[in-house]
Amino acid sequence: MDCQEIFEELSEYIDENLARQKCRELERHLETCHNCRVVVDTLRRTVALYHSMPDEEVPEDVRLRLHKIIRLKPEE
Amino acid sequence: MKQLVPTDEALIARIRRHDNDALEQLVSRYEVRVYNLAYRMLGNREDAEDVLQDTFVNVVRGLDKFRGRSSFSTWLYRVAANAALTKIRKRSRREKSESEFLDDVYSVRETAHSGSLLTDWSSNPATRLLDEEAKNEMNRAIDDLPEIYRAVFVLRDVEGLPAAEVAEVLGLSVAAVKSRLHRARLYLRNRLSGYFTAE
Repeated sequence: MDCQEIFEELSEYIDENLARQKCRELERHLETCHNCRVVVDTLRRTVALYHSMPDEEVPEDVRLRLHKIIRLKPEE
Repeated sequence: MKQLVPTDEALIARIRRHDNDALEQLVSRYEVRVYNLAYRMLGNREDAEDVLQDTFVNVVRGLDKFRGRSSFSTWLYRVAANAALTKIRKRSRREKSESEFLDDVYSVRETAHSGSLLTDWSSNPATRLLDEEAKNEMNRAIDDLPEIYRAVFVLRDVEGLPAAEVAEVLGLSVAAVKSRLHRARLYLRNRLSGYFTAE
């Protein structure tokens, strides 16, 4: 596998969806290619950073207004 | 005695009988998820609040038409994502074109092939990677993704939905979800690399 092919498979690799044979070839390439290794490590870190972003709280006034607006009327 | 948590389906059956307590429970269960999806897709609280409200108003109105072919949460995400996409399309701001975006995505490949060594910032201290300024840059970078890439990325990598469910929510094939997700991730990686390796 060369850098071009590797590049298209990186998300499947970090999501652990790559077939075993392809995974082995990719890892062999990573052992000798500094730039591909950096792209894999920083791509993985990027995904982890976004995944760990804390939730935004719904402001209390917005929450109360929402619950009031959607209340069902008995005749509906 | 431990009380059983009612399923979404049980709550929906009660809502169809005009039970407001069940509606309260269902909305409370999902309001943070809908608000966060909208906030990440739109980049500001005011628009996220509008989408939150539109989503649940549409869900309550459309509940009679919900047949349960997909799970309630998938249907809810679909209503919310569509409300957010509609809001994005109404904006006057110019979105990045597909070709500009793809040039940015693949710029790293050119750099990698040019022979210059890429800088590894993945082991930077977490305090630096997660400070307020870095978070703002992360939000700005999402906001610069073309809309469909943004929707795929937020649903998959921020909300953590499986690729198959993202495909169902957005009406795309799983292959299209994976390809868009990969490009969105590469774009965001490039943006964060520029930010974290800047002098």
